[in-house]
Amino acid sequence: MPADLIVARPEGLYCPPGDFYIDPWRPVDRAVITHAHADHARAGSAHYLCAAPGRGVLEARLPGIPLQTLAYGERIVHHGVELSLHPAGHVLGSAQVRLAHGGQVWVASGDYKLEADGTCAPFEPVRCDTFITESTFGLPIYRWQPQAQIMAEIVDWWRGNAEAGRASVLYCYAFGKAQRILHGVLQSAGADGLPGPVVAHGALAQLNAAYAAEGVTLPPMMQADDLPARSPLRHQALVLAPPSAQRSPWLRRFGDAADAFASGWMQLRGTRRRRGVDRGFVLSDHADWPGLMQAIAATAAQRVIVTHGNVPVMVRYLAEQGWQAQSFDTHFGEEDDEAAPAAEAGA
Amino acid sequence: MKAFAALYAELDGTTSNNARLAALVRYLRRTPPADAAWAVYFLAGGKPRQIVPVAMLREMARHAAALPEWLFDECYQAVGDLAETIALLLPPAALTDEAGLAEWVEQRLLPLRGLPPEVLRDRLDALWRPLDPQARLVLFKLITGAFRIGVSRPLVVRALGEVGGLDPKRVAERMVGYTDLNARPDAARYLALIAPEGEDAAGRSGGQPYPFFLAHPLQVPLDQFDTVLGDPARWQVEWKWDGIRAQLVRRGGQCWVWSRGEDLVTERFPEVADAAKLLPDGTVLDGEIVIWHDGRVQPFALLQQRIGRKTLNAKILRDAPAILMAYDVLEWAGEDWRPRPQAERRALLETIVADYVHPALELSPRIEAADWPSYATLREASRQMGVEGFMLKGAEAAYGVGRTKDVGLWWKWKIDPYSVDAVLLYAQRGHGRRASLHTDYTFAVWNAPPDTPGRALVPFAKAYSGLTDEEIREVDAIVRRTTVETFGPVRSLQPTQVFELAFEGIARSPRHKSGIAVRFPRIARWRQDKTVEEADTLAVLEDMLAATAPPKDGG
Repeated sequence: MPADLIVARPEGLYCPPGDFYIDPWRPVDRAVITHAHADHARAGSAHYLCAAPGRGVLEARLPGIPLQTLAYGERIVHHGVELSLHPAGHVLGSAQVRLAHGGQVWVASGDYKLEADGTCAPFEPVRCDTFITESTFGLPIYRWQPQAQIMAEIVDWWRGNAEAGRASVLYCYAFGKAQRILHGVLQSAGADGLPGPVVAHGALAQLNAAYAAEGVTLPPMMQADDLPARSPLRHQALVLAPPSAQRSPWLRRFGDAADAFASGWMQLRGTRRRRGVDRGFVLSDHADWPGLMQAIAATAAQRVIVTHGNVPVMVRYLAEQGWQAQSFDTHFGEEDDEAAPAAEAGA
Repeated sequence: MKAFAALYAELDGTTSNNARLAALVRYLRRTPPADAAWAVYFLAGGKPRQIVPVAMLREMARHAAALPEWLFDECYQAVGDLAETIALLLPPAALTDEAGLAEWVEQRLLPLRGLPPEVLRDRLDALWRPLDPQARLVLFKLITGAFRIGVSRPLVVRALGEVGGLDPKRVAERMVGYTDLNARPDAARYLALIAPEGEDAAGRSGGQPYPFFLAHPLQVPLDQFDTVLGDPARWQVEWKWDGIRAQLVRRGGQCWVWSRGEDLVTERFPEVADAAKLLPDGTVLDGEIVIWHDGRVQPFALLQQRIGRKTLNAKILRDAPAILMAYDVLEWAGEDWRPRPQAERRALLETIVADYVHPALELSPRIEAADWPSYATLREASRQMGVEGFMLKGAEAAYGVGRTKDVGLWWKWKIDPYSVDAVLLYAQRGHGRRASLHTDYTFAVWNAPPDTPGRALVPFAKAYSGLTDEEIREVDAIVRRTTVETFGPVRSLQPTQVFELAFEGIARSPRHKSGIAVRFPRIARWRQDKTVEEADTLAVLEDMLAATAPPKDGG
């Protein structure tokens, strides 16, 4: 039996013949980065490689790193290992890492979702022998509605609030989710159909610019200070802010605003209620349960290695369905937002 | 069902009580009375007896979702609510059913009770198919009886008041008994709730009780009693009985016994009902049901055991005889006596109990002493007496509605200096004998009064003792079922359980999140009769704290 192409090491997922790491959580010599979320892209390594569309966001997060990029599908050979990056559909520049060596093909998915969202290259199934999959939403209770439906719900909610003279504060992760919502509401309502101005929290500015530079259409946005204190527009605005802004003084200027949270975790009433917001929009950048199963089947892999999320559940279920299933312990969190149950983060 | 599911979504989709109130009012105004009758019943906390065995529901859901049992259980643990889990797992569909709530409950749900499993299985399966996920969630919540969505009974009462153009207090009176276990809401009962003032003069002809008047805890040092309370002669002092608060209603040749939870308990206490038969029509007495033996009250546990019995045999009635310890009269000769002063009501009550002698009807004695220090001395006998301290009732007090102070005042001067109903929020496994069981608990109180938007629980005390082994096992199962997150050995929990905590001292502490530290906290009682919403607030602790402050100079 040929040796494994990827193994778990204390520094991260490691490719022994190629002598490089995928999303290492400790500084290493060579790091292949699946996407720029903080738990997958960490500072301190000597060389970085990522998909070309991800350069802007990665450099926004880790300025000055020695970075090389690859176009999706472009192949390079390193120490005899053929490496290519393929769209994962998670956020801008996110990639699955395909490795071929000694007659086997391995794919490490990083984080992924199947539905095309208009802000990044859509997920592309890659055939392989061994597939390393995430499992953030690896329970059958997680099933997503089409994005267009969620965006329409967000616009309806915003419109209802604007008509009642209340600002709409929507909390979401600053990188990926925010741009997806901005793009999505614009698609849903059209530039003339937006119920009011869009205000972006300062934490979004740099990432929005990186998305715009890659050609993603975003609606016109204002800074909070652009709206005078007495402007009625303040009470018609959609305010996008990271979760950390909840109950912050920054939000006070919007008065008695309606608030909501956009995340896959909002699928559960309990998580939504603990957030203490009016509404929860179930919108995730990760695959839901049917998506995970579909992606795994599409790879035609015999062997599946499950990382971060509902690992034991996925491993047991896949094994029962006839896969050769196992797990890797990783240090990846679930950046979908901070509402992730800590219980699963350690699993 | 469609309209009710939409209401549910609307109520659930906001944390603002005003928005909830508005949604309720809109719903009630445009809904047929027969449907509104059930909506009010469920939202106000009504629960029909179990309609379908839980195991059957789980089996149905597993089968429909084609999941192995272990995976269904994993899902249930992640969700923490059976109805929600099932709704999330069933194959998706659109809502095509147009039947109203009353038809759903009366024609489709209640008839399921007691069906043989093979019939039930198919009937159950057909129920949810024409519903969308939101309506399914509501359906399964109706079936499991876990219908809590942050709408309090007072909020429902306010909405009804608005719909009927009535004082909410009036509606509260009419609501008493509406959600009783044996109650069957219908259009007529619903319309009676919102009928214009005056049209219900005869409405009290049935077994309708009055809303209970509740006491406030008295936490003032003895040396301030004269300042706070004044002359003891202005107060009617009685023992505070530890039993079940109850009203005995005698009208139209019938009698009813109502507990404070507004459940009809007539059949649980046949002795008390028997005593009621002596009384003339148009009589309502207020008091405490206690177990009474050899001229003294028996421990509450005995009463609890008796409540737990499905059937009452002669032995139980002999070993644990119940009486009504009467302490107030609310209606006499068909007249509402509540506005009359306490002293006048007391005088009448004394003659009633003297005139209608029955072994299950006792008069709660007045305790008389010259001054407050003498009362304090008498009060030290409370533990021996099996009572919780004293009740102080203003001699001029009218009988109010709920925990109000506007028409009169009742104080409970309990022996335990400090006692708080707190919510279990975190649990950690114990050690040694208790290893693997969650026995170390963190408790919280609310940071604002009920119906305050966005109020939150604030942890304030840890307690490790006070439960029996049996209770620990029960709590452990609940901890596992309601875990939200795990931080190492600590689990954060969905707030579902209320415990009465007792403690000896209270002080400010910057080290505690609540700003308050308590001394020797322990669990006094598991308050399974209380909902999380009914737990105490930080203000109660603040009041205790304030009472420990030395009086100001020159006062």
